[in-house]
Amino acid sequence: MSRRARLMLFLAGGGGLCALLLLGVADLPPFGGSFHPYRTHAVAAAVSHATSNVVSSVNFDQRGLDTLGEESILLASVIGAATLLRPAKDETERAALGGGRTLESTRFLGYLMMPVTLVIGFDVIAHGHVTPGGGFQGGVVVGTGIHLLYVAGNYPALQRARPLRAFEWGEAIGAGAFACVGLAGIAVAGAFLADMIPTGTFGQLFSGGTVPLLNGAVGVEVASGTAVLLAKFLEQAIMIRPGPGRGRR
Amino acid sequence: MSVYAYVVSVWLLLVGAFGIVRSRNLIHAVLCLSVSQSGTYVLLLAIGYQRGASPPVFGEPATKPTFRVVDPVVQAMTLTDVVVSATVTALLLALAVQIHKRNGTLDPDELRNLQG
Repeated sequence: MSRRARLMLFLAGGGGLCALLLLGVADLPPFGGSFHPYRTHAVAAAVSHATSNVVSSVNFDQRGLDTLGEESILLASVIGAATLLRPAKDETERAALGGGRTLESTRFLGYLMMPVTLVIGFDVIAHGHVTPGGGFQGGVVVGTGIHLLYVAGNYPALQRARPLRAFEWGEAIGAGAFACVGLAGIAVAGAFLADMIPTGTFGQLFSGGTVPLLNGAVGVEVASGTAVLLAKFLEQAIMIRPGPGRGRR
Repeated sequence: MSVYAYVVSVWLLLVGAFGIVRSRNLIHAVLCLSVSQSGTYVLLLAIGYQRGASPPVFGEPATKPTFRVVDPVVQAMTLTDVVVSATVTALLLALAVQIHKRNGTLDPDELRNLQG
């Protein structure tokens, strides 16, 4: 199909879709209104389980099964991307060179910000049930925070600080721990992912029942997954050299 | 004015799809897909918004639980959406790396022939 024909087809289809969507949104409840039936139920359920971050309660308590599916998607796509980014048969890995040209100020800020970023990431994971945040958000902060070493221009140090094997294990352990908490719910309370430990005091660190446990599991998985993904992309760019006969067709 | 935010989400969805159709580079196409997906974030968050309401995060003693908060259910769905979008983007970018290695091009129009 020529580009022109493809564009015409899109304009016809996209125009139709646009008309249908606009008809659809015209009948939605008005923006900013006070009619939110789900909100009312979700807030009541979260408060009854002493979880002060209602979004975390929805994610890890009320719709925990959905989140299990979501983190399986995460696991599957990390495995898929890591598999795709393996070195091919005729490619060679070369050792990464240290140093390179980095501004002193960039290097200083990289080393300075890495521990700060990691602490913030762990804090976001640990308090995900009390304050805004959670395993997904904090995991991304931790997983990317380690890579400030690369920004600081020290790839060999990054390789030492980030044992890839351990992070591959962490990815699997995080995903498995989520499922295990769910199975423990069956054993103790008779339902998958049931809230089976004491819910604690509303607004305190020890509250929310299983929500902080699941937050931690997801945090480990997301941090490891992000680190593995970034490591594979970095290896691709830095260490892998094409074999002979590769490149242009 | 009451449907303005919804129309923005429709616009994002369509302009992202338009970018994919016109794309001459697979990485550009992946980013257009992200633009398209962000239409769903805007739609979900717009549905849950309430004027003058606070975020759905309480904390003794600062804020007592109240029902006057924006809808947490759509916020949780948006979080799911963002995570899935990020992982799909990573997977597609990995595919783009492989395609460039095998074919030496990222232009979808030059990738005509199926290869075994």
